[in-house]
Amino acid sequence: MTKTVAAASGAGFREAPAGSEPAVELDGVTIEFALAGGSVFQAVARADLNVGKQEFVAIIGPTGCGKSTLLNAAAGLITPASGSVRVLGGPLDGLNRHAGYLFQQDALLPWKTALDNVAIGLEVAGVPSREAKERARAWLARVGLAAFGDRYPHMLSGGQKKRVALAQVLIRDPRIILMDEPFGPLDAQTRLIMGDLLLKLWSADRKAVMFVTHDLEEALGLADRVVVMSAGPSARIIGDFPIPLSRPRDISEIRLDGSFQELHRDIWHMLKKEVLKAYGEIAQETAS
Amino acid sequence: MRRTSLLLMQGAVAVVIIAFWQIASTTDLIGDPNNISFFFSTPLAVAAQIWMWFATGTIWHHLGITLWESVLAFVIGSVAAVGIGFWFARKPRLAAVFDPYVKAANALPRVVLAPIFTLWFGLGIWSKVALGVTLVFFIVFFNVYQGVKEVNTTILANARMLGMNDRQLLRHVYWPSALSWMFSSLHVSVGFAVVGAVVGEYLGAAGGLGYLIQQAEGVFDVAGVFAGMVVLAAFVLLIDWIVTLAERRLLVWRPEFSKSGR
Repeated sequence: MTKTVAAASGAGFREAPAGSEPAVELDGVTIEFALAGGSVFQAVARADLNVGKQEFVAIIGPTGCGKSTLLNAAAGLITPASGSVRVLGGPLDGLNRHAGYLFQQDALLPWKTALDNVAIGLEVAGVPSREAKERARAWLARVGLAAFGDRYPHMLSGGQKKRVALAQVLIRDPRIILMDEPFGPLDAQTRLIMGDLLLKLWSADRKAVMFVTHDLEEALGLADRVVVMSAGPSARIIGDFPIPLSRPRDISEIRLDGSFQELHRDIWHMLKKEVLKAYGEIAQETAS
Repeated sequence: MRRTSLLLMQGAVAVVIIAFWQIASTTDLIGDPNNISFFFSTPLAVAAQIWMWFATGTIWHHLGITLWESVLAFVIGSVAAVGIGFWFARKPRLAAVFDPYVKAANALPRVVLAPIFTLWFGLGIWSKVALGVTLVFFIVFFNVYQGVKEVNTTILANARMLGMNDRQLLRHVYWPSALSWMFSSLHVSVGFAVVGAVVGEYLGAAGGLGYLIQQAEGVFDVAGVFAGMVVLAAFVLLIDWIVTLAERRLLVWRPEFSKSGR
């Protein structure tokens, strides 16, 4: 829809017409943390990144490079020291109300059942409890946990917890989905299955996605674009690769694709240096 | 271990102790039975005393008083502690100002307060309730305070990203977290409520298990003292069992209390 509008307005427009601005615009975002003793640690330096409204962007970089920090800035959990964060065309003030956030760690409310955990996002938004529960039940079915509604989080496996968390985020129908290595703690097979599930749910009504990971294969399998960050501190965005692989994708099979391997080689070439740099940093720290 | 075999073995411990006690206090095997039975009484005399209390029904009056004092102490102490613990945890400056006073009050041996409470609240149940409250309050207070302060930051961030405002965070995150910490100290706080009641009665009262024991001690009625202790022990076990049942219901979301895998 928005694409045709943008195309039709044709020549003569200087700015993108209303409605076609990116979902998330990071402009010169620098993030600093005050350390004990008064010094300042710069985690991210002057990051520019736009994420389109229906775009799936993976952010990849070595461990500790500030990927999650950048994501938290988009979520409004962290305020940048300088630079601007714009969401759906407007400046971000406080928490990002348009975003859903899937955390790396367990973030379900342990005292609520799976069903109540999924329903809570609707309930706090004022949806009547009965309707919220009904919709939560449908979402649990969609993530394959129809029979697990009355389980408490501790009774679920890691993968099941992630499914509940995914339903918890998606039921609110956020226009932007932020994911911080959501499948990081899972085993390899469960990650593949969760990736496929995520793509299936996402392709139903494409939302803007920022997906942080350190796993290049995961990034390539899922994303429309892969953004590479340098090693920290003062991490920068150093690469931006479009991933023109066709959709729908089967994550486990797409790895055998020739162009997948080519992209993998190109991006890994860039990433490897940063990973080694990050390790060098760690080696120096331990040596000194 | 199987439940029945566990119960059997637990029963066996009581049987061995009572048998030893009976032999020591009625035969020459260990020492002079007159001497031993003077200091330790005999199981039969203790049992007879307990039987008489229950047969005549006098014990119910005392048990009722102790129970009522314990319940009041627990409820008042817990409610006050949850309220103040919550308030302090949400207002760190307030907590910092009162910190030395809370610590000082907690370090004070409560027994020294008993005479003052008797002076303030009289010999009736309220001086015992007050003593129990001072014991229960601090246990629950520190747990609730900790529970609110140490809410998992990821869970908190997630709740905020799910759109909760401050009031909803309080209701769906802080409150359950604080309550779970309070419940985790339930056995201790309920136990202290009973201790407060019994010690208070012991130091001056007109009824209750502590009063009963104190009266028996006053006339060197050793059988009466032991009988009082046995009834008190049974009373505490019963309350502890009720607490365990309550815990299983309330903390069903915690791994250690769920039925699965047991």
